Amino acid sequence: MNVMQTLEQEEIKKALARRPVPDFAPGDTVRVTVVVEEDKASEKPEKGQKAKDEKPHRRTQAFEGVCIARKNSGINSSFTLRKISYGEGVERIFPLYSPRITTIEVVRHGAVRRAKLYYLRGRKGKAARIAERERDTGETAEAGAAKEKK
Amino acid sequence: MRTGLIAQKLGMTRIFVEDGSHVPVTVLKVDNCQVVSVRTTEKDGYTAVQLGVGKAKVKNVTQPMRGHYAKAKLEPKRKLVEFRVPQDGLIEVGAELSAEHFLVGQFVDVVGTTKGRGFSGVMRRHNFGGLRATHGVSVSHRSHGSTGQRQDPGKVFKNKKMAGHYGDARVTTQNLRVVATDGERGLIMVEGAVPGADGGYVLIKDAAKRKPPKGLPFPAALRASAAPAAEAPAEGAPS
Repeated sequence: MNVMQTLEQEEIKKALARRPVPDFAPGDTVRVTVVVEEDKASEKPEKGQKAKDEKPHRRTQAFEGVCIARKNSGINSSFTLRKISYGEGVERIFPLYSPRITTIEVVRHGAVRRAKLYYLRGRKGKAARIAERERDTGETAEAGAAKEKK
Repeated sequence: MRTGLIAQKLGMTRIFVEDGSHVPVTVLKVDNCQVVSVRTTEKDGYTAVQLGVGKAKVKNVTQPMRGHYAKAKLEPKRKLVEFRVPQDGLIEVGAELSAEHFLVGQFVDVVGTTKGRGFSGVMRRHNFGGLRATHGVSVSHRSHGSTGQRQDPGKVFKNKKMAGHYGDARVTTQNLRVVATDGERGLIMVEGAVPGADGGYVLIKDAAKRKPPKGLPFPAALRASAAPAAEAPAEGAPS
């Protein structure tokens, strides 16, 4: 491993200590809670010092949608969630290791045969459904470990 | 004025901060950076330290340069650079400089050689808009337009932006914040981008246009045990 990879691994370790990342894949429905900063436009501080004293108002916001893509790139890994909000498709890309994300929760496992589900963008309603898949990750992990031992 | 450092650009990554923000950083490696010689007023008419970094194969080093390194009792270096310093900023030959030469939070200027782009057109080189795609434009969609006026100046003014060689030039990026230093591994992380390709050598100096912070190591931060430290990176990096 070169220096850059080592540094990224250290950063990832720190991020994982803050918040674990569950095992999820494209097709899964994922619920993410994100910290949102709201700046009060009316109470704009005039100087830099005041801004430091006053912390921006923070609250958490949930975003639930289908994971349509995951990008694996070390510390820069990200995933894309897509949902239909008031009849309009909304996609949001989250950095996987961002401290702004407080929880990642897998709501439902989906059965899909693609890594990137961009085809969902052209579909609506019934056509955009994804079949649920039973995923007993524990068993497969054990089986994988057993295979490696052999 | 302190001496700067020679470092290798390893690449860019990001650091997440607890408050939710993240910092894009360039990782610079100070690998075995030692003083190879000093210039003195008596001998050379000016004062400077000559630093060398990295490791060069002896067979690739010319005979005169071998003599130069032998005089300093050092192994041949990959890159040699002089830094002008005042009389009291001179460092003894053979001393190894540490990455902790720079303090976290201070601002530095980084000098590098930008990626060469060869002979480039004006759209790439000077961000010209080019000509129109239709309306009778033929063959010259990416050209510059007119280069001047009529018979009156009767010439193209100097420094007219035109196509030509782009890149592979010495560029200084000023006022980059030092995010972290790691003396043990010889790493310095600065916020933002640095000129040049990954693996290229850059010079790091205290920012010329910022007030230096208090407590900067002067004349330089040296590695305590130069001899074992010089061996450790060689073993630690099999690649």
